[in-house]
Amino acid sequence: MPFALLALWQYLSSQAIVNPQILPAPTTVIAKWWEYLAPPDAFDASQSSYLAWLFSGEMIRDAYASLYRVVVGFLIGGILALPLGLMMGANDRVYKLFNPLIQILRPIPPIAFIPLSILWFGLGNPPAIFLIVLGAFFPILMNTIAGVRHVDSIYIRAAQSLGAGQTTMFLRVMLPAATPYILTGARIGVGTAFIVVIVAEMIAVNNGLGYRILEAREFFWSDKIIAGMFTIGLLGLAIDTGMNSLNNYLLKWHRGMESK
Amino acid sequence: MPNSQIQISNVSKIFSTGGNEIVALDDINLEIQAGEFICLLGPSGCGKSTLLNAIAGFSPPTSGKITVDGKPVQKPGPDRGIVFQEYALFPWMTVEKNIAFGLEIKKIPKAQIKGQVDALLKMLNMQDFRDRYPKDLSGGMRQRVAIARVLALDSPIMLMDEPFGALDSLTRRNLQDELLRIWMEFKKTIIFVTHSIEESIYLADRIIVMTYRPGKIKKEVIVTMPRQRDPSSVEFNELKKILSLLVMEEQTRHHEDQIKVSTAD
Repeated sequence: MPFALLALWQYLSSQAIVNPQILPAPTTVIAKWWEYLAPPDAFDASQSSYLAWLFSGEMIRDAYASLYRVVVGFLIGGILALPLGLMMGANDRVYKLFNPLIQILRPIPPIAFIPLSILWFGLGNPPAIFLIVLGAFFPILMNTIAGVRHVDSIYIRAAQSLGAGQTTMFLRVMLPAATPYILTGARIGVGTAFIVVIVAEMIAVNNGLGYRILEAREFFWSDKIIAGMFTIGLLGLAIDTGMNSLNNYLLKWHRGMESK
Repeated sequence: MPNSQIQISNVSKIFSTGGNEIVALDDINLEIQAGEFICLLGPSGCGKSTLLNAIAGFSPPTSGKITVDGKPVQKPGPDRGIVFQEYALFPWMTVEKNIAFGLEIKKIPKAQIKGQVDALLKMLNMQDFRDRYPKDLSGGMRQRVAIARVLALDSPIMLMDEPFGALDSLTRRNLQDELLRIWMEFKKTIIFVTHSIEESIYLADRIIVMTYRPGKIKKEVIVTMPRQRDPSSVEFNELKKILSLLVMEEQTRHHEDQIKVSTAD
Protein backbone atom coordinates (compact mmCIF):
# COMPACT_ATOMS: atom_id res chain seq x y z
CA MET A 1 0.00 0.00 0.00
CA PRO A 2 2.66 2.59 0.90
CA PHE A 3 4.52 1.69 -2.27
CA ALA A 4 1.42 2.11 -4.39
CA LEU A 5 0.85 5.53 -2.87
CA LEU A 6 4.47 6.49 -3.44
CA ALA A 7 4.27 5.35 -7.03
CA LEU A 8 1.11 7.35 -7.60
CA TRP A 9 2.70 10.38 -5.98
CA GLN A 10 5.80 10.02 -8.12
CA TYR A 11 3.68 9.65 -11.23
CA LEU A 12 1.52 12.71 -10.48
CA SER A 13 4.49 14.96 -9.84
CA SER A 14 6.85 13.79 -12.56
CA GLN A 15 4.10 14.07 -15.19
CA ALA A 16 3.45 17.58 -13.86
CA ILE A 17 -0.20 16.66 -13.31
CA VAL A 18 0.15 18.49 -10.03
CA ASN A 19 2.45 21.44 -9.76
CA PRO A 20 5.84 20.13 -8.50
CA GLN A 21 6.22 23.44 -6.78
CA ILE A 22 3.32 22.39 -4.53
CA LEU A 23 3.86 18.65 -4.36
CA PRO A 24 7.40 17.69 -5.36
CA ALA A 25 8.10 14.10 -6.37
CA PRO A 26 9.25 11.67 -3.69
CA THR A 27 12.62 11.31 -5.37
CA THR A 28 13.12 15.07 -5.16
CA VAL A 29 12.15 14.99 -1.49
CA ILE A 30 14.58 12.18 -0.75
CA ALA A 31 17.38 13.98 -2.55
CA LYS A 32 16.60 17.10 -0.54
CA TRP A 33 16.39 15.09 2.66
CA TRP A 34 19.84 13.70 2.00
CA GLU A 35 21.21 17.11 1.20
CA TYR A 36 19.66 18.43 4.40
CA LEU A 37 21.19 15.55 6.38
CA ALA A 38 24.65 15.47 4.84
CA PRO A 39 27.53 17.69 5.99
CA PRO A 40 27.66 20.91 3.96
CA ASP A 41 31.44 20.95 3.34
CA ALA A 42 33.92 18.29 2.38
CA PHE A 43 35.76 16.62 5.21
CA ASP A 44 38.84 18.54 6.29
CA ALA A 45 40.89 16.98 9.08
CA SER A 46 42.50 20.29 9.99
CA GLN A 47 39.11 21.92 10.62
CA SER A 48 37.33 19.35 12.77
CA SER A 49 37.28 15.75 13.89
CA TYR A 50 35.55 13.18 11.68
CA LEU A 51 32.65 12.77 14.08
CA ALA A 52 32.03 16.50 14.33
CA TRP A 53 32.10 16.69 10.54
CA LEU A 54 29.68 13.80 10.23
CA PHE A 55 27.15 15.58 12.42
CA SER A 56 27.63 19.01 10.93
CA GLY A 57 24.63 18.70 8.59
CA GLU A 58 21.86 21.21 9.03
CA MET A 59 19.28 18.59 9.84
CA ILE A 60 21.39 17.02 12.57
CA ARG A 61 21.82 20.40 14.21
CA ASP A 62 18.10 21.14 13.90
CA ALA A 63 17.10 17.77 15.26
CA TYR A 64 19.55 18.19 18.12
CA ALA A 65 18.15 21.63 18.96
CA SER A 66 14.58 20.33 18.96
CA LEU A 67 15.44 17.24 20.94
CA TYR A 68 17.36 19.30 23.47
CA ARG A 69 14.31 21.49 24.08
CA VAL A 70 12.01 18.50 24.39
CA VAL A 71 14.30 16.72 26.85
CA VAL A 72 14.97 19.75 29.03
CA GLY A 73 11.34 20.83 29.03
CA PHE A 74 10.08 17.33 29.67
CA LEU A 75 12.52 16.78 32.53
CA ILE A 76 11.62 20.08 34.22
CA GLY A 77 7.91 19.34 33.74
CA GLY A 78 8.34 15.85 35.14
CA ILE A 79 10.42 16.98 38.10
CA LEU A 80 7.70 19.48 39.01
CA ALA A 81 4.73 17.23 38.30
CA LEU A 82 5.87 14.03 39.97
CA PRO A 83 6.23 15.18 43.60
CA LEU A 84 3.14 17.38 43.35
CA GLY A 85 1.16 14.50 41.88
CA LEU A 86 2.34 12.10 44.57
CA MET A 87 1.37 14.54 47.29
CA MET A 88 -1.96 15.39 45.72
CA GLY A 89 -2.79 11.74 45.27
CA ALA A 90 -1.84 10.77 48.79
CA ASN A 91 -3.18 13.72 50.74
CA ASP A 92 -6.70 15.06 50.42
CA ARG A 93 -5.84 18.44 51.87
CA VAL A 94 -3.09 19.05 49.34
CA TYR A 95 -5.42 17.83 46.64
CA LYS A 96 -8.15 20.29 47.57
CA LEU A 97 -5.63 23.09 47.80
CA PHE A 98 -4.21 22.70 44.30
CA ASN A 99 -7.02 21.10 42.37
CA PRO A 100 -9.10 24.22 41.53
CA LEU A 101 -6.06 26.00 40.08
CA ILE A 102 -5.05 22.96 38.08
CA GLN A 103 -8.53 22.41 36.73
CA ILE A 104 -8.53 25.94 35.35
CA LEU A 105 -5.03 25.87 33.88
CA ARG A 106 -5.15 22.36 32.47
CA PRO A 107 -7.64 22.94 29.64
CA ILE A 108 -5.63 25.89 28.28
CA PRO A 109 -3.57 24.51 25.39
CA PRO A 110 0.15 25.29 25.85
CA ILE A 111 0.00 27.03 22.47
CA ALA A 112 -2.26 29.66 24.01
CA PHE A 113 0.60 30.55 26.31
CA ILE A 114 2.82 31.60 23.41
CA PRO A 115 2.18 35.37 23.62
CA LEU A 116 2.64 35.38 27.37
CA SER A 117 5.75 33.25 27.20
CA ILE A 118 7.39 35.63 24.73
CA LEU A 119 6.39 38.55 26.90
CA TRP A 120 7.88 36.88 29.94
CA PHE A 121 10.92 35.17 28.50
CA GLY A 122 11.69 37.05 25.30
CA LEU A 123 12.94 35.01 22.36
CA GLY A 124 15.18 31.95 22.15
CA ASN A 125 15.14 28.79 24.19
CA PRO A 126 13.48 30.00 27.43
CA PRO A 127 9.97 30.63 26.04
CA ALA A 128 10.10 27.43 23.99
CA ILE A 129 11.16 25.38 26.97
CA PHE A 130 8.52 27.03 29.13
CA LEU A 131 5.84 25.92 26.70
CA ILE A 132 7.20 22.39 26.62
CA VAL A 133 7.27 22.26 30.42
CA LEU A 134 3.58 23.17 30.40
CA GLY A 135 2.83 20.53 27.79
CA ALA A 136 4.59 17.79 29.73
CA PHE A 137 3.51 18.89 33.20
CA PHE A 138 -0.23 18.29 33.14
CA PRO A 139 -0.39 14.77 31.68
CA ILE A 140 2.27 13.58 34.13
CA LEU A 141 0.55 15.33 37.03
CA MET A 142 -2.93 14.00 36.29
CA ASN A 143 -1.72 10.45 35.79
CA THR A 144 0.42 10.49 38.91
CA ILE A 145 -2.56 11.61 40.97
CA ALA A 146 -4.73 8.88 39.46
CA GLY A 147 -1.96 6.32 39.97
CA VAL A 148 -1.55 7.06 43.65
CA ARG A 149 -5.30 7.09 44.18
CA HIS A 150 -5.63 3.68 42.56
CA VAL A 151 -3.00 1.96 44.69
CA ASP A 152 -4.66 -1.18 46.00
CA SER A 153 -5.28 -0.68 49.71
CA ILE A 154 -4.08 -4.21 50.37
CA TYR A 155 -0.50 -3.13 49.59
CA ILE A 156 -0.82 -0.23 52.01
CA ARG A 157 -2.16 -2.50 54.72
CA ALA A 158 0.49 -5.13 54.11
CA ALA A 159 3.22 -2.50 54.32
CA GLN A 160 1.76 -1.01 57.49
CA SER A 161 1.66 -4.39 59.15
CA LEU A 162 5.28 -4.93 58.15
CA GLY A 163 6.17 -1.74 59.98
CA ALA A 164 6.53 0.72 57.08
CA GLY A 165 6.66 4.39 58.04
CA GLN A 166 5.57 7.30 55.86
CA THR A 167 8.74 7.61 53.80
CA THR A 168 9.00 3.89 53.08
CA MET A 169 5.33 3.80 52.21
CA PHE A 170 5.82 6.64 49.76
CA LEU A 171 8.99 5.52 48.07
CA ARG A 172 8.70 1.75 48.14
CA VAL A 173 4.96 1.14 47.96
CA MET A 174 2.99 4.06 46.51
CA LEU A 175 5.54 5.17 43.94
CA PRO A 176 6.16 1.73 42.39
CA ALA A 177 2.48 0.83 42.60
CA ALA A 178 1.64 4.03 40.70
CA THR A 179 4.39 3.53 38.11
CA PRO A 180 2.15 2.13 35.36
CA TYR A 181 0.01 5.26 35.53
CA ILE A 182 2.99 7.59 35.82
CA LEU A 183 4.61 6.09 32.74
CA THR A 184 1.40 6.47 30.77
CA GLY A 185 1.43 10.11 31.81
CA ALA A 186 5.06 10.47 30.80
CA ARG A 187 4.35 9.01 27.40
CA ILE A 188 1.47 11.38 26.77
CA GLY A 189 3.60 14.19 28.19
CA VAL A 190 6.49 13.55 25.86
CA GLY A 191 4.08 13.41 22.93
CA THR A 192 2.62 16.78 23.88
CA ALA A 193 6.12 18.18 24.39
CA PHE A 194 7.01 17.14 20.87
CA ILE A 195 3.97 18.84 19.38
CA VAL A 196 4.64 21.96 21.39
CA VAL A 197 8.31 22.13 20.42
CA ILE A 198 7.51 22.27 16.72
CA VAL A 199 4.98 25.05 17.20
CA ALA A 200 7.23 26.97 19.58
CA GLU A 201 10.09 26.81 17.10
CA MET A 202 7.91 28.32 14.41
CA ILE A 203 7.55 31.39 16.58
CA ALA A 204 10.18 32.00 19.17
CA VAL A 205 13.52 30.67 17.91
CA ASN A 206 15.62 30.48 14.77
CA ASN A 207 16.71 26.89 14.59
CA GLY A 208 15.17 23.48 15.12
CA LEU A 209 12.97 21.38 12.89
CA GLY A 210 9.88 23.54 13.36
CA TYR A 211 11.75 26.69 12.42
CA ARG A 212 13.31 25.00 9.41
CA ILE A 213 10.05 23.96 7.77
CA LEU A 214 8.58 27.39 8.32
CA GLU A 215 11.69 28.95 6.83
CA ALA A 216 11.46 26.61 3.86
CA ARG A 217 7.91 27.78 3.23
CA GLU A 218 9.07 31.33 2.86
CA PHE A 219 11.38 30.25 0.04
CA PHE A 220 8.77 27.96 -1.50
CA TRP A 221 11.00 24.96 -0.86
CA SER A 222 8.20 22.47 -0.64
CA ASP A 223 10.68 19.57 -0.98
CA LYS A 224 12.48 20.78 2.10
CA ILE A 225 9.19 21.22 3.99
CA ILE A 226 8.32 17.60 3.33
CA ALA A 227 11.85 16.46 4.13
CA GLY A 228 11.63 18.32 7.43
CA MET A 229 8.26 16.79 8.21
CA PHE A 230 9.67 13.37 7.47
CA THR A 231 12.47 14.04 9.93
CA ILE A 232 9.96 15.16 12.57
CA GLY A 233 8.12 11.89 12.06
CA LEU A 234 11.30 9.86 12.44
CA LEU A 235 12.32 11.71 15.59
CA GLY A 236 8.85 11.27 17.08
CA LEU A 237 8.99 7.57 16.33
CA ALA A 238 12.43 7.32 17.94
CA ILE A 239 11.21 9.10 21.08
CA ASP A 240 8.17 6.85 21.34
CA THR A 241 10.28 3.73 20.85
CA GLY A 242 12.60 4.94 23.59
CA MET A 243 9.70 5.56 25.97
CA ASN A 244 8.33 2.15 25.15
CA SER A 245 11.53 0.36 26.06
CA LEU A 246 11.79 2.38 29.27
CA ASN A 247 8.24 1.30 30.00
CA ASN A 248 9.03 -2.36 29.41
CA TYR A 249 12.11 -2.16 31.58
CA LEU A 250 10.46 -0.41 34.52
CA LEU A 251 7.36 -2.58 34.40
CA LYS A 252 9.00 -5.95 33.99
CA TRP A 253 7.20 -7.05 37.15
CA HIS A 254 3.80 -6.07 35.82
CA ARG A 255 1.27 -8.81 35.17
CA GLY A 256 0.17 -7.35 31.87
CA MET A 257 3.71 -7.17 30.51
CA GLU A 258 4.92 -10.38 28.97
CA SER A 259 8.71 -10.50 29.01
CA LYS A 260 10.00 -10.45 25.49
CA MET B 1 -6.95 -14.88 83.04
CA PRO B 2 -4.29 -12.21 83.36
CA ASN B 3 -1.71 -14.06 81.35
CA SER B 4 -3.55 -14.40 78.05
CA GLN B 5 -1.67 -12.89 75.16
CA ILE B 6 -4.63 -11.43 73.33
CA GLN B 7 -7.64 -10.13 75.23
CA ILE B 8 -10.77 -9.09 73.44
CA SER B 9 -13.32 -7.54 75.77
CA ASN B 10 -16.82 -6.38 74.87
CA VAL B 11 -15.80 -5.56 71.31
CA SER B 12 -18.51 -4.27 68.99
CA LYS B 13 -18.19 -2.88 65.51
CA ILE B 14 -20.93 -1.03 63.71
CA PHE B 15 -20.65 0.01 60.10
CA SER B 16 -23.01 2.71 58.94
CA THR B 17 -23.57 2.90 55.21
CA GLY B 18 -26.12 5.28 53.78
CA GLY B 19 -28.31 5.45 56.88
CA ASN B 20 -28.15 1.68 57.37
CA GLU B 21 -26.37 0.37 60.41
CA ILE B 22 -24.78 -3.03 60.19
CA VAL B 23 -23.70 -4.61 63.43
CA ALA B 24 -20.66 -6.55 62.26
CA LEU B 25 -19.47 -7.49 65.73
CA ASP B 26 -21.64 -7.58 68.81
CA ASP B 27 -20.05 -7.82 72.25
CA ILE B 28 -17.23 -10.21 71.48
CA ASN B 29 -15.26 -11.56 74.42
CA LEU B 30 -12.30 -13.80 73.73
CA GLU B 31 -9.03 -14.66 75.40
CA ILE B 32 -6.22 -16.20 73.43
CA GLN B 33 -3.14 -17.76 74.99
CA ALA B 34 0.31 -17.51 73.52
CA GLY B 35 0.96 -20.39 71.15
CA GLU B 36 -2.68 -21.20 70.52
CA PHE B 37 -3.98 -22.02 67.05
CA ILE B 38 -7.41 -20.41 66.79
CA CYS B 39 -9.77 -20.69 63.85
CA LEU B 40 -12.57 -18.19 63.36
CA LEU B 41 -15.26 -20.08 61.48
CA GLY B 42 -18.48 -18.85 59.95
CA PRO B 43 -20.27 -17.97 56.72
CA SER B 44 -19.32 -14.85 54.84
CA GLY B 45 -20.67 -11.73 56.46
CA CYS B 46 -20.35 -13.10 59.99
CA GLY B 47 -17.71 -10.60 60.96
CA LYS B 48 -14.76 -12.97 61.25
CA SER B 49 -12.60 -10.84 58.98
CA THR B 50 -13.81 -7.72 60.78
CA LEU B 51 -12.61 -9.19 64.05
CA LEU B 52 -9.27 -10.08 62.50
CA ASN B 53 -8.90 -6.55 61.10
CA ALA B 54 -9.64 -5.13 64.52
CA ILE B 55 -6.92 -7.29 66.10
CA ALA B 56 -4.58 -6.28 63.29
CA GLY B 57 -5.28 -2.63 64.05
CA PHE B 58 -6.67 -1.71 60.63
CA SER B 59 -10.12 -0.74 61.80
CA PRO B 60 -10.62 -0.10 65.49
CA PRO B 61 -13.77 -1.43 67.18
CA THR B 62 -16.68 0.94 67.74
CA SER B 63 -16.62 -0.01 71.40
CA GLY B 64 -14.74 -2.42 73.62
CA LYS B 65 -11.05 -3.11 73.98
CA ILE B 66 -8.42 -5.33 72.39
CA THR B 67 -5.08 -5.75 74.10
CA VAL B 68 -2.02 -7.68 73.04
CA ASP B 69 0.42 -8.46 75.82
CA GLY B 70 -1.51 -6.04 78.00
CA LYS B 71 -1.12 -3.14 75.57
CA PRO B 72 -4.15 -1.80 73.71
CA VAL B 73 -4.07 -2.25 69.93
CA GLN B 74 -3.97 1.10 68.19
CA LYS B 75 -2.43 0.56 64.80
CA PRO B 76 -1.00 -2.21 62.67
CA GLY B 77 2.48 -3.32 63.58
CA PRO B 78 5.05 -6.01 62.99
CA ASP B 79 4.20 -7.79 66.27
CA ARG B 80 1.08 -9.04 64.46
CA GLY B 81 2.05 -10.36 61.05
CA ILE B 82 -0.72 -10.73 58.52
CA VAL B 83 -1.21 -13.14 55.66
CA PHE B 84 -4.02 -11.86 53.48
CA GLN B 85 -6.74 -13.56 51.55
CA GLU B 86 -5.71 -11.95 48.29
CA TYR B 87 -2.20 -12.06 47.09
CA ALA B 88 -0.79 -9.06 48.86
CA LEU B 89 2.81 -9.58 47.84
CA PHE B 90 4.31 -6.46 46.32
CA PRO B 91 4.31 -7.28 42.61
CA TRP B 92 7.20 -4.89 41.88
CA MET B 93 9.54 -6.71 44.24
CA THR B 94 11.20 -10.03 43.69
CA VAL B 95 10.53 -12.89 46.09
CA GLU B 96 13.73 -12.02 47.93
CA LYS B 97 12.82 -8.33 48.24
CA ASN B 98 9.33 -9.15 49.43
CA ILE B 99 10.65 -11.31 52.24
CA ALA B 100 13.36 -8.79 53.11
CA PHE B 101 11.01 -5.77 53.12
CA GLY B 102 10.12 -5.86 56.82
CA LEU B 103 13.72 -6.51 57.79
CA GLU B 104 14.99 -3.59 55.72
CA ILE B 105 12.51 -1.32 57.50
CA LYS B 106 14.01 -2.48 60.78
CA LYS B 107 17.42 -1.48 59.38
CA ILE B 108 18.95 -4.88 59.93
CA PRO B 109 22.41 -5.27 58.33
CA LYS B 110 22.35 -6.51 54.73
CA ALA B 111 24.38 -9.65 55.37
CA GLN B 112 22.08 -10.70 58.17
CA ILE B 113 18.98 -10.09 56.03
CA LYS B 114 20.45 -12.22 53.29
CA GLY B 115 21.12 -15.03 55.74
CA GLN B 116 17.58 -14.92 57.05
CA VAL B 117 16.03 -14.82 53.59
CA ASP B 118 18.22 -17.75 52.56
CA ALA B 119 17.08 -19.80 55.53
CA LEU B 120 13.40 -19.05 54.90
CA LEU B 121 13.64 -19.82 51.19
CA LYS B 122 15.33 -23.08 52.02
CA MET B 123 12.72 -24.01 54.59
CA LEU B 124 9.96 -23.36 52.05
CA ASN B 125 11.92 -25.07 49.31
CA MET B 126 11.88 -22.02 47.10
CA GLN B 127 15.57 -21.21 46.60
CA ASP B 128 15.18 -21.26 42.83
CA PHE B 129 12.57 -18.51 42.92
CA ARG B 130 14.59 -15.90 44.77
CA ASP B 131 14.80 -13.46 41.85
CA ARG B 132 11.36 -14.07 40.40
CA TYR B 133 8.50 -11.63 40.53
CA PRO B 134 5.17 -12.66 42.09
CA LYS B 135 3.49 -12.78 38.67
CA ASP B 136 5.70 -15.77 37.82
CA LEU B 137 4.60 -17.79 40.86
CA SER B 138 1.67 -20.14 41.35
CA GLY B 139 -0.97 -19.28 43.96
CA GLY B 140 0.49 -21.72 46.46
CA MET B 141 4.00 -20.33 46.06
CA ARG B 142 2.77 -16.78 46.50
CA GLN B 143 1.13 -17.65 49.79
CA ARG B 144 4.34 -19.40 50.87
CA VAL B 145 6.22 -16.17 50.22
CA ALA B 146 3.53 -14.24 52.09
CA ILE B 147 4.06 -16.53 55.07
CA ALA B 148 7.83 -16.16 54.78
CA ARG B 149 7.46 -12.37 54.73
CA VAL B 150 5.72 -12.56 58.11
CA LEU B 151 8.08 -15.18 59.52
CA ALA B 152 11.06 -13.01 58.64
CA LEU B 153 9.87 -10.42 61.13
CA ASP B 154 9.52 -13.07 63.80
CA SER B 155 6.11 -11.74 64.84
CA PRO B 156 4.79 -13.71 67.84
CA ILE B 157 1.28 -13.50 66.39
CA MET B 158 0.20 -14.46 62.89
CA LEU B 159 -3.16 -13.29 61.63
CA MET B 160 -4.37 -15.19 58.59
CA ASP B 161 -7.42 -14.13 56.58
CA GLU B 162 -8.58 -17.13 54.53
CA PRO B 163 -5.06 -17.44 53.17
CA PHE B 164 -5.64 -20.72 51.35
CA GLY B 165 -9.15 -19.98 50.12
CA ALA B 166 -8.17 -19.61 46.48
CA LEU B 167 -5.97 -22.70 46.24
CA ASP B 168 -6.78 -26.11 44.84
CA SER B 169 -7.33 -28.79 47.46
CA LEU B 170 -3.99 -30.54 47.04
CA THR B 171 -1.94 -27.36 47.32
CA ARG B 172 -4.14 -26.35 50.17
CA ARG B 173 -3.44 -29.52 52.16
CA ASN B 174 0.28 -29.08 51.51
CA LEU B 175 0.26 -25.56 52.81
CA GLN B 176 -1.85 -26.51 55.82
CA ASP B 177 0.73 -29.13 56.77
CA GLU B 178 3.53 -26.66 56.20
CA LEU B 179 1.77 -24.09 58.35
CA LEU B 180 1.32 -26.59 61.18
CA ARG B 181 5.01 -27.45 60.98
CA ILE B 182 5.93 -23.77 61.14
CA TRP B 183 3.50 -23.19 63.98
CA MET B 184 5.04 -25.98 66.03
CA GLU B 185 8.61 -25.05 65.20
CA PHE B 186 8.30 -21.31 65.84
CA LYS B 187 5.64 -21.46 68.58
CA LYS B 188 3.45 -18.76 67.06
CA THR B 189 0.00 -17.72 68.09
CA ILE B 190 -2.16 -18.10 65.00
CA ILE B 191 -5.60 -16.65 64.39
CA PHE B 192 -6.87 -18.14 61.18
CA VAL B 193 -10.08 -17.05 59.49
CA THR B 194 -11.79 -19.65 57.33
CA HIS B 195 -15.21 -20.68 56.13
CA SER B 196 -14.09 -24.26 55.58
CA ILE B 197 -15.20 -26.53 58.41
CA GLU B 198 -12.72 -29.20 57.45
CA GLU B 199 -9.85 -26.73 57.38
CA SER B 200 -10.72 -25.48 60.86
CA ILE B 201 -10.83 -28.99 62.33
CA TYR B 202 -7.60 -29.94 60.60
CA LEU B 203 -5.72 -26.95 61.97
CA ALA B 204 -7.15 -25.51 65.17
CA ASP B 205 -6.72 -26.02 68.88
CA ARG B 206 -9.90 -24.07 69.33
CA ILE B 207 -12.59 -23.20 66.81
CA ILE B 208 -14.68 -20.08 67.36
CA VAL B 209 -17.95 -20.38 65.46
CA MET B 210 -19.47 -17.01 64.71
CA THR B 211 -23.05 -16.01 63.97
CA TYR B 212 -24.28 -14.11 60.95
CA ARG B 213 -25.29 -10.52 61.67
CA PRO B 214 -24.95 -9.45 64.34
CA GLY B 215 -21.57 -11.17 64.57
CA LYS B 216 -21.39 -12.92 67.90
CA ILE B 217 -19.57 -15.93 69.18
CA LYS B 218 -22.00 -18.78 68.73
CA LYS B 219 -19.86 -21.53 70.16
CA GLU B 220 -16.31 -22.40 71.05
CA VAL B 221 -15.14 -25.88 70.19
CA ILE B 222 -11.89 -27.25 71.55
CA VAL B 223 -10.31 -29.80 69.25
CA THR B 224 -8.38 -32.37 71.24
CA MET B 225 -7.51 -34.81 68.46
CA PRO B 226 -3.76 -35.31 68.20
CA ARG B 227 -2.08 -34.02 65.03
CA GLN B 228 -1.57 -35.13 62.28
CA ARG B 229 -5.35 -35.29 62.10
CA ASP B 230 -7.00 -37.73 59.75
CA PRO B 231 -9.96 -36.19 57.92
CA SER B 232 -11.38 -39.66 57.29
CA SER B 233 -11.45 -40.68 60.95
CA VAL B 234 -14.74 -41.13 62.83
CA GLU B 235 -13.87 -38.48 65.38
CA PHE B 236 -13.04 -35.93 62.69
CA ASN B 237 -16.28 -36.57 60.90
CA GLU B 238 -18.41 -36.40 64.02
CA LEU B 239 -16.98 -33.00 64.82
CA LYS B 240 -17.52 -32.01 61.22
CA LYS B 241 -21.19 -32.96 61.50
CA ILE B 242 -21.66 -30.91 64.67
CA LEU B 243 -19.93 -27.88 63.18
CA SER B 244 -21.81 -28.25 59.89
CA LEU B 245 -25.11 -27.95 61.72
CA LEU B 246 -23.92 -24.86 63.56
CA VAL B 247 -22.57 -23.19 60.43
CA MET B 248 -25.56 -24.22 58.31
CA GLU B 249 -27.94 -22.43 60.69
CA GLU B 250 -26.00 -19.23 60.12
CA GLN B 251 -25.64 -19.86 56.40
CA THR B 252 -29.41 -20.20 56.15
CA ARG B 253 -29.92 -16.91 57.98
CA HIS B 254 -27.42 -15.31 55.63
CA HIS B 255 -29.28 -16.75 52.66
CA GLU B 256 -32.68 -15.56 53.93
CA ASP B 257 -31.19 -12.15 54.48
CA GLN B 258 -30.00 -12.02 50.90
CA ILE B 259 -33.44 -13.00 49.62
CA LYS B 260 -34.94 -10.23 51.74
CA VAL B 261 -32.50 -7.75 50.30
CA SER B 262 -33.09 -8.79 46.71
CA THR B 263 -36.87 -8.71 47.02
CA ALA B 264 -36.71 -5.36 48.76
CA ASP B 265 -34.94 -3.99 45.72
